[in-house]
Amino acid sequence: MTGAASAGPPSASAALPPASAGPRPALRIEGLHKSFGDLEVLRGIDLEMAEHEVVCLIGSSGSGKSTLLRCVNLLEEIDSGRIVVEGDEITAKGVDVDRIRRRIGIVFQAFNLFPHMSVLDNVTLAPRKVLRLGRNEADARATELLERIGLAAKRNDYPDRLSGGQQQRVAIVRALAMQPDLLLLDEITSALDPELVAEVLNLIRELAGNGMTMLIATHEMSFAREIANRVCFLDAGRILETAAPAEMFSAPREERTQQFLQRVIEAGRL
Amino acid sequence: MSIVGGPVDTGDLIGLAGRRGPRRSRRRIPPREAVRSTVIALVSTVVVLGALALAITSSPNWPDVQHAFFDGEIFAYSLPKVVEAFGTNVSLFLIAEVLILVVGLLLAVIRGLPGPAFFPLRMIATIYVDFFRAVPGLLIIALLGFGIPALDLPGVPSDTFFWAVIALTLVYSAYVSEVYRAGIESVHWSQEAAARSLGLTRLQALRHVIVPQAVRRVIPPLLNDFIGLQKDTVLVSTLGVVEIFRESSIIKAAKFNFTPYIAVALVFVLITIPLARLTDWLIARDRAAQESSR
Repeated sequence: MTGAASAGPPSASAALPPASAGPRPALRIEGLHKSFGDLEVLRGIDLEMAEHEVVCLIGSSGSGKSTLLRCVNLLEEIDSGRIVVEGDEITAKGVDVDRIRRRIGIVFQAFNLFPHMSVLDNVTLAPRKVLRLGRNEADARATELLERIGLAAKRNDYPDRLSGGQQQRVAIVRALAMQPDLLLLDEITSALDPELVAEVLNLIRELAGNGMTMLIATHEMSFAREIANRVCFLDAGRILETAAPAEMFSAPREERTQQFLQRVIEAGRL
Repeated sequence: MSIVGGPVDTGDLIGLAGRRGPRRSRRRIPPREAVRSTVIALVSTVVVLGALALAITSSPNWPDVQHAFFDGEIFAYSLPKVVEAFGTNVSLFLIAEVLILVVGLLLAVIRGLPGPAFFPLRMIATIYVDFFRAVPGLLIIALLGFGIPALDLPGVPSDTFFWAVIALTLVYSAYVSEVYRAGIESVHWSQEAAARSLGLTRLQALRHVIVPQAVRRVIPPLLNDFIGLQKDTVLVSTLGVVEIFRESSIIKAAKFNFTPYIAVALVFVLITIPLARLTDWLIARDRAAQESSR
């Protein structure tokens, strides 16, 4: 199953940005360490992403994918290292974390919609309270976004009336409403019934097509192969291997990567 | 006091597919068995109550007790008077309830503030809650109601009603803050993560995301505390405020008869039972909503 030729967004083979390409990377992570008590979850992560690039993080559960995303969003305090977004070091002392989080959207595995608010209010809360948009403008913008994902009719419903796939798409739109520079996706299809996965992945494909810079932790290997510009294999808190998807999935260099992908294939997931 | 509605994980809230908890365990009772158990319940109730009534009314001093506590004429005389005096209790607990809801929430939020910078605030709030939960309400009422007006400070009200409201607020806000706190802690941390990730400040996340969900969950236990507050308004009688209990005591002393107390008890029963049923109904509705969202 090496479908390298068939898959890939337009830029996948043409523009593989080397680590220092471009004037200013969208995201640069240097020597990131993070421990929870005695457990060292991230043991020196270095990663650079160009604007409009899509990078997928793969690896077994517990390898540090989610923690890495949560660190980039400053939901976790890091122990050492630097994270630089669009030239601004967000891990510097005294930065306003709330300002930074506006520029970095994150979508969670369990959606985390606000259950006491309608779909529309879920989407408009941050634009109204953080960007100080008026109710009418925020509603108009949110409705437009909801129309694009075909859920404008559901805007006055509460999240528990929606299917998992619909909830996750609302969660994505909620993050997009803040017009982030960078979108982090944390295993966003892992909690979905299989038949609902496609509608969410289609939305991500569309975002990639529009040039959204995305860092994606995923177990969907075929999706990663199709959408990513680069794939990083995380193992025990380190990026063990980074490669273009075609290479990663057909000829992984590291033994650990081979073992991991072998298990994935045996499970019928690739 | 338990938080009705309980800690709910996000899985339940958002209706993750494929997860079904055990359904209600109450077994269905077949109709014939139902009739039989109703009859048994009825018969045993009649027997127990009858035996009790017989035991009381056949006691040697029953006629005296009946006259002292259940005098129909005095009851009819005192009921309108105590109902009128109950207006004071009503204004006491209505004003205090509003203050309690605000102060209690404030305390709960302060106790949840993170980081070393807020340590002094957290400490003060904790001492406040510990102190006012520990000291009997009657003592707080007496200390404030008699003590502060006696200081005769300029600009400080000496009105006993005012200090009664303050005392009740101090005591009950300590209890209510714990109810709020349990509610706030029952909201899954991922809700705060979602709010903060959108750029909301900690206070905005509390205000718009955490507290609204917490308050919904704690309404039944809050109502429960308010039933306690309504009853505790009679403690204010010790300050000389003419409320329902004070009024009934005046009649008792004048008529040398305890029947006014029975009238007071009746007023409280009539006002409390609807509130208790409302609380039960809210709890049942919460549970139904939770089960339907599974």
